[in-house]
Amino acid sequence: MQFFFEVLIGGLLAGVMYSLVALGFVLIYKASGVFNFAQGSMVFFAALTYVGLQEKFGLPGWAVFGLTLAVMVVLGIAIERVVLRPLVNQPQITLFMATIGLAFFIEGLAQVIWGTQVRRLDLGLQDEPIAMLMDRFNMLVSKFDVVAAVVAGLLVAVLAVFFNRTRIGRALRAVADDHQAALAVGIPLKQIWAIVWSVAGFVALVAGLMWGARNGVQFALTFVALKALPVLILGGFESVLGAIVGGLIIGASEKLAEVYLGPHLGGGIEGWFAYVMALLFLLVRPEGLFGEKHIDRV
Amino acid sequence: MLYREAGQFKTSYRADQQIFPILQDRIGMLVLGFVALVGVPLVASEYWLTAILIPLLVFSLAAIGLNILTGYAGQLSLGTAAFMAVGAVATYNFQLRVPGIPILVSFLLGGGTAAAVGAVFGLPSLRIKGFYLAVATLAAQFFIPWLLVKVSWFSNDSASGVITTQPVEILGFTFDTPLRKYLFALVVVSVLALVAKNLVRSHIGRAWMAVRDMDVAAEVIGIRIVRTKLVAFAVSSFYCGIAGALYAFAYLGSVETDGFNLDLSFRILFMIIIGGVGSILGSFLGAAFITLLPILLDVALTEGATALGLQLPSGMTSMVQLVVFGALIIFFLIVEPLGLARLWQIAKEKLRLWPFPH
Amino acid sequence: MTHDHNPGRRIGETLLAVENISLAFGGVRALTDISFDVREHEIRAIIGPNGAGKSSMLNCVNGVYRPQQGTIRFAGQTFRHMHPHKAALMGIARTFQNIALFRGMSVLDNIMTGRNLKMRCGLFLQALYVGPNRREELAHREKVEHIIDFLQIESVRKTPVGRLPYGIQKRVELGRALAAEPRLLLLDEPMAGMNIEEKQDMCRFILDVNDEFGTTIVLIEHDMGVVMDISDRVVVLDYGRKIGDGSPDEVRANQDVIDAYLGVAH
Repeated sequence: MQFFFEVLIGGLLAGVMYSLVALGFVLIYKASGVFNFAQGSMVFFAALTYVGLQEKFGLPGWAVFGLTLAVMVVLGIAIERVVLRPLVNQPQITLFMATIGLAFFIEGLAQVIWGTQVRRLDLGLQDEPIAMLMDRFNMLVSKFDVVAAVVAGLLVAVLAVFFNRTRIGRALRAVADDHQAALAVGIPLKQIWAIVWSVAGFVALVAGLMWGARNGVQFALTFVALKALPVLILGGFESVLGAIVGGLIIGASEKLAEVYLGPHLGGGIEGWFAYVMALLFLLVRPEGLFGEKHIDRV
Repeated sequence: MLYREAGQFKTSYRADQQIFPILQDRIGMLVLGFVALVGVPLVASEYWLTAILIPLLVFSLAAIGLNILTGYAGQLSLGTAAFMAVGAVATYNFQLRVPGIPILVSFLLGGGTAAAVGAVFGLPSLRIKGFYLAVATLAAQFFIPWLLVKVSWFSNDSASGVITTQPVEILGFTFDTPLRKYLFALVVVSVLALVAKNLVRSHIGRAWMAVRDMDVAAEVIGIRIVRTKLVAFAVSSFYCGIAGALYAFAYLGSVETDGFNLDLSFRILFMIIIGGVGSILGSFLGAAFITLLPILLDVALTEGATALGLQLPSGMTSMVQLVVFGALIIFFLIVEPLGLARLWQIAKEKLRLWPFPH
Repeated sequence: MTHDHNPGRRIGETLLAVENISLAFGGVRALTDISFDVREHEIRAIIGPNGAGKSSMLNCVNGVYRPQQGTIRFAGQTFRHMHPHKAALMGIARTFQNIALFRGMSVLDNIMTGRNLKMRCGLFLQALYVGPNRREELAHREKVEHIIDFLQIESVRKTPVGRLPYGIQKRVELGRALAAEPRLLLLDEPMAGMNIEEKQDMCRFILDVNDEFGTTIVLIEHDMGVVMDISDRVVVLDYGRKIGDGSPDEVRANQDVIDAYLGVAH
């Protein structure tokens, strides 16, 4: 039983990491209706840029963070300008395919600039069990995972304040509700989109640092980031809360399945388990746990 | 000779419903067929056959398959490679386990198996659309190759799930040399391309497009959405399955099931985006483009680097490839969402009016 | 514009009867206890201010929406709720308020989809495109060409509908519905957004369809002149309730209808 909880907690904490990536998807989807397949690539790009800058200039962590953030903001604005603005009013599926192209572009670009080798990203955090829990309950809970969870919690809190308490946040929510109406009351749509993409770049940076520190900065990161998609299906594309809860559910059930089901199936099930779970879930509740049901008007 | 339809009047609907209603197009197709059947065998080197022409044909077929589903029926799939894997492995197993079975029957059964699997994974499309569905097809993409590797029966207990295909033999004639394999692929792909064209200009094709363009209206005029979508998944997967079988039997000879990965699926998706969504011709154009581009890019980069006296880091060309593919996809979606096929059509229209601008 | 009925045209028995239909979306009541009937060969108009529930009513008749209460009787059969496919099979065709054409397809293909229900060839024959399938395609093409002639859109038959002007698109949509050879034709604001000539053309088409093919028509329209001229009977809806029903003259004289349209101090 104790082992079960250990796995469960490990899974939940890993799920937090999925949520971090999923958050970026939700932000952009809410504000512009674009399903940004490239969010995972942005995570990879951010992590690689951070490590690359650190290696090159040997600056302190906060300075590198600031520089990378600037790069991500520029990238976000560039994406909005070059890719999405010309595609306004195209069908969602076209936008989706464009972001697939974007994902390839960003992945390629990151590696053209910084090279293809696997890099270590050191945030000064050790991936070791927390001694107190180890002694008291004999449970193995990674310090790193807990820090990641705290960071994710902070990030959500910051975003919540940003959305609900600031003028820009209000404008963002208005845009999410109805582009045209927002435009009509004088909200500068293009500026708002640029801001959203910048924020998504920021979220990608945070996710990239956490993931990179955990698994090393490498191409495979984009596959981990892809797991955010089943998370979104579970949570619903429009809900920040959904991204968090979906991430936790996927993380926990994936770990549990890996430990309890995996040996019976010959292992390697973590590659597909999340997707099949999302698929089955779709059949029951297509709009996700926290998504809104739409009625087609004709 | 000028490309004109002036003077070519259609006096019956039958004449008007030909695939190539314009005389010059028919002549062009005949010439193309002649070149492919006679010209290529005379001049093509082994490199051209094995590295360019055979994969081009195989990918064209896979692109037609995806185009039926995505371009005509409007259901985005990221699982194309998985259905190719099913077709390859099933064909291999029919050939292996059914004594005396003709290879073409194995191909058809392999395609049929892929069709059945495709229809099952198409079930979510009855409730979801767009990128929700795309995510659902990722489940197929990750699950199927895993299953085919894990259950070693599928690969006849070979290590790491490699299948080594049997020789392709029809009526005692073995298609063993690259040239023969090319001809085999050419015939299979040509026949299936014609069949695809027939399907999309019949009522099932119109039903697919209707569901794609406006599903509520399609339902109201009596098109069964459920059936139409599932048939699209099945037919599309059939094509992908045959393409997978050709990939194994005519192109590579021995295939690692793991090779049918997400990357291959994306590659085929790119073919239809660049070639032309909702166009059979576009499937060929896109496949040619995506097959040739890396080769050209590779040559250009290596030559360029040597000329400048630079040493390219390893893996650089494939990274540049990613950048170029990504940029091209975005470019086409913005500038010409209907791809090369549409550009070809525009060129024809211009030619028709030449030398007048309108 | 006057409407002189073809003397041979005879209003028949009840073809469609909706009884006590109520429809709600969540807490919002779109329709409350609506009943009316439509007789064979009749042109029946549904009028009412914006948001009165007119389109919702049509959506209930052909099964796009499922009303919570009430029944729909069509051609002698009674349904708790229709299903769109069933409705199409029984001969109910429909156009939409916001044009619902298949934008990527040509005019010809759009109208051909209207005949999909009548096409019988299986997948295998379609794949070969020989014999029965070719004959079937050609036979239906001929019928569709009649409709194209009738609607005077011959010159654009191969044009993708997305490129056509609004008025022509409306005609194509009517053509697609006609291709199904419906017994009952539901037209949702067929003349909305048209100029006077286009309206006249469309009126002519509607009357011709009614006269020549004997098709029963239910139409939603805002232009009172048109409604009063071409319809045999009129239903008036307001806030999801029926407030009037009868011949154009009766409806015109109905105090509730006048209040609904002109506003009244409560």
